[in-house]
Amino acid sequence: MESSFNLKGKIAIVTGATRGIGWSCAKVLAKNGMTVIINGVSDNNMLNQRVDELKELYGVESEGYLFDVSDSNAVKDCYNNIFKKYKRLDVLVNNAGIMIDALIPMISNEMLDKILDVNIKGAIYNLQYASRLMGRNKSGSIINISSIIGRFGNEGQTVYSASKAALIGITMSAAKELAPQNIRVNAVAPGIIQTDLIKNYAADKTMKLRDSIKMKRIGTPEDISNTVLFLSSSLSEYVTGQVIGVDGGMLI
Amino acid sequence: MSNLDKLHAAFVEALDVDPSGITDSYSYGDDKWDSVAHMALVVSIEAQFDIMMETDDVIDLSSVGKAKEILAKYGIIV
Repeated sequence: MESSFNLKGKIAIVTGATRGIGWSCAKVLAKNGMTVIINGVSDNNMLNQRVDELKELYGVESEGYLFDVSDSNAVKDCYNNIFKKYKRLDVLVNNAGIMIDALIPMISNEMLDKILDVNIKGAIYNLQYASRLMGRNKSGSIINISSIIGRFGNEGQTVYSASKAALIGITMSAAKELAPQNIRVNAVAPGIIQTDLIKNYAADKTMKLRDSIKMKRIGTPEDISNTVLFLSSSLSEYVTGQVIGVDGGMLI
Repeated sequence: MSNLDKLHAAFVEALDVDPSGITDSYSYGDDKWDSVAHMALVVSIEAQFDIMMETDDVIDLSSVGKAKEILAKYGIIV
């Protein structure tokens, strides 16, 4: 049966895709027939392994690009390669990001630059090149992975929350600017999700987190990637400029 | 189609301007070439010539004459 998501044969890029939410997004898009280009930053072996997994599991084409999203030249090279090979792009999942916690007095300039460079500049670089490729077909979907922390803050996460709030602003502005090109821009704001980012939390902290969630469970990467699938697909073709919280009712 | 025809076609498609108005001096800020249309123009030029421009060139694209200079950097003589 033909999938109602209408993604077969289309091209996606997912940044920060070797683990956690990014990897889950890459898998769900590949599962629905997309060619998926994945990006990682440090582990080339892992990146290649992920590419092989996508090909073997889902029978789709896949490529891996190792680069730091805050390196504008590297981002440009990646999109140039996509342009040369595929001549189009349909979906960008701006997922690459770093989280470093620090109370306000402990925020170093180096930390500030690093988080803002990766989480904000990296997202904008990808947005710039992706939107130009999408503009050729007057169609595309850009999904920025923000965070519940970007909407409501958290102690010890002033810089991280600033970067994730910025992604919401980017989403709103880009949605307005790109709508005439029929390019949609939305954000997903995950709540507490079971990824490497939180795996080292102490058991009592994890329990407190879980108790703060109305649905009484910590989210999974698949909870996020299913929302990304919806936003990637034609099922959401009239949805743009939205921030969708996927947090188990943490804040209702 | 000559490269000049392609360039004119890109402007006509993106900005919906009369081809007779597309002279070298036609510039950003002139009739119909505003900030929103700029994006469409960049996409249209890239599609016509099958190139992907550097961000600096997108920013520098300020007139038809400048577009010709930029295209020359990509080996396209208009």
